[in-house]
Amino acid sequence: MIDVTEQTTEMMGANGRNATDTAVIQMRNITKSYEMGTQVVHALRGIDLDIEEGEYVAIMGPSGSGKSTLMNMIGCLDVPNSGAYRLGGDDVSALTSDDRARIRNRHIGFVFQQFNLLPRTSALKQVMLPLMYAGVSRGERARRAKEALELVGLGDRLDHRPDELSGGQQQRVAIARALVTQPSIILADEPTGALDTHTGDELMNLFDNLNQKGMTIIMVTHEPMVAERAHRTIWLRDGLIQN
Amino acid sequence: MNLSESLYTALDSILANKMRSVLTMLGVIIGVASVIALMAIGNGFSEDITGQISSIGSNLLTISTDMEASGGYPALSMADVAALSDPLNAPDITEVSATVQSNQTVVFGGEEKNTAVAGITENTLSMSSLDEFQLGDGLTQNDIDLQSRVAVLGAGIASDLYGSEYPIGTQIKINGVSYEVVGVLEESGGGLAGDTDDTVYIPITTAQSRLSTSRTRDGQKAVTFITAQAAGAEQVEAAIEQVTETLREQHNIAYGEDDDFGIFDQSSLLDTINTVTASLTAFLGAIAAIALVVGGIGIMNIMLVSVTERTREIGIRKAIGALRRDILLQFLLESMMLSLLGGFLGIILGWAISMAAGAAFDLTMVIAPETVLLSVSFAAGVGLIFGIYPAWRASNLRPIEALRYE
Ligand SMILES: Nc1ncnc2c1ncn2[C@@H]1O[C@H](COP(=O)(O)OP(=O)(O)OP(=O)(O)O)[C@@H](O)[C@H]1O
Ligand SMILES: [Mg+2]
Repeated sequence: MIDVTEQTTEMMGANGRNATDTAVIQMRNITKSYEMGTQVVHALRGIDLDIEEGEYVAIMGPSGSGKSTLMNMIGCLDVPNSGAYRLGGDDVSALTSDDRARIRNRHIGFVFQQFNLLPRTSALKQVMLPLMYAGVSRGERARRAKEALELVGLGDRLDHRPDELSGGQQQRVAIARALVTQPSIILADEPTGALDTHTGDELMNLFDNLNQKGMTIIMVTHEPMVAERAHRTIWLRDGLIQN
Repeated sequence: MNLSESLYTALDSILANKMRSVLTMLGVIIGVASVIALMAIGNGFSEDITGQISSIGSNLLTISTDMEASGGYPALSMADVAALSDPLNAPDITEVSATVQSNQTVVFGGEEKNTAVAGITENTLSMSSLDEFQLGDGLTQNDIDLQSRVAVLGAGIASDLYGSEYPIGTQIKINGVSYEVVGVLEESGGGLAGDTDDTVYIPITTAQSRLSTSRTRDGQKAVTFITAQAAGAEQVEAAIEQVTETLREQHNIAYGEDDDFGIFDQSSLLDTINTVTASLTAFLGAIAAIALVVGGIGIMNIMLVSVTERTREIGIRKAIGALRRDILLQFLLESMMLSLLGGFLGIILGWAISMAAGAAFDLTMVIAPETVLLSVSFAAGVGLIFGIYPAWRASNLRPIEALRYE
């Protein structure tokens, strides 16, 4: 299992030197449905999606169309009911839950729609956390976490806990936490939702920057202005991709 | 993630939720404190009793008449004392004394008491470790040879009759006859044959001629019991055998017939009392163990609640890369640290309670190191056992469901 992950590391190296012709994300006929008592909600009804390494993709679509569900699939947080998903060449459905945890930790930076910060925990500790699970030494952790927080403009809020931060600041802590492991893929679910235009623009500049360094970026947004920054936009409606 | 990181994370979480941590520990604190305090009482109690018994004098044999086997006659006399004192008969016995015991009315001035009067040989008191005098002296061999009317008082009866008056040299009346008081014993706080503090001691010869004039079957002046001192704890059994053989010969008891006397040794009494106090301690320990188990269940409850309450936190940790093992270890270490910490606080509390109770109720409190060790390991075990299930549940949460938990 470790071998599988190591192999993944090579294929998804952020600088892309080992990239193959095949797309880093390959989805074939992915479905996901939720049973609510007698009712079945089909959140995804057969998604075919290829995303190349280093691509910058925006996902748009009405509320409830399955954007967050799709992001969870890509980020190995959830598994599909049917269909095939290969991430960096690995069949994700064949991995154990711990293998998926390692992939999330090392290769994916997730910015959640609801931030998902730990309560009663300082910004610095929040951002250090993924590095702890990655086995990085404590001193190195603090240094890199500080750097990441400075990058999102929160260098002066290291000791603040979530309840002492504004919504936009919380969102930026969540972004710093996603960036700190230097993942090869960033998944951001409406990262500008809680930000004013100015801060939102700065964040978009940051994403442009990261993308130019080779990071794959997939971003859900409702704002056409934000989506314009991406290489391409995927439209989702009722769990299906529209062309 | 290595163990020290898990420890650090668990500690972080304990400190971040002080109130919840204290509440979780409370059960274990109370459990361990009651183990320590109850065991201290139990141990102290048995130490007190054992101490009292051995202070009376160990390796003592008390021989008395078995009225049923002797046909209603007292069986023992001074001739038996002489026979037992002969090393040829009983080489493992170092000293023998005799006592004639009866209840009498004792009068001084206006005070009147019905109490035990013991006619004794010169060495009876010292053999029973009653050789400390508040006032005056004991009985001499001369007093016994001359059937003198002199008396030594136990501390209790002396203060009952005299109050603050000075007893030495005064006359008391026993059964209507005057005796001169020559000594008052120190308080001894008990005794095997009646309360030594409330006994009046007079020469055995005087008692035999004036108070209990009963005779043995062959017409000798009777004694109520004989006390024999075995040479050591290992010789007690041999001494019992020698006493039995000597007395059967003295009393002409045919082969196959029952002894007309009984022998009572303190080691068997000590054994009995040790059994009783051991079961008392075990009983107290069992109560305390129940308290600990209840404390453990409390930990499990709060840990389970805490797993539910922290479902989102677990989801977040898993989403950013925590393995099942990391979550399992974090929660397990958290519950073990809480119960161990609770254990240490419980020891301090239990110790404080023991000291306070010991001072307030004048009890001896003995905190045995084994008790402390036992309760700490019990506390750690409780944390482990009752922490496993909540930790296992936490580690098995699916990240996406945990994240969505409200
Ligand atoms: N855990 C769940 N249980 C039941 N139904 C769910 C669950 N998660 C999502 N759904 C349903 O799946 C559909 C897609 O939800 P999803 O969160 O992916 O939408 P979305 O496109 O992200 O919407 P929004 O823009 O409002 O965030 C919705 O109809 C939603 O009700
Ligand atoms: Mg959504």
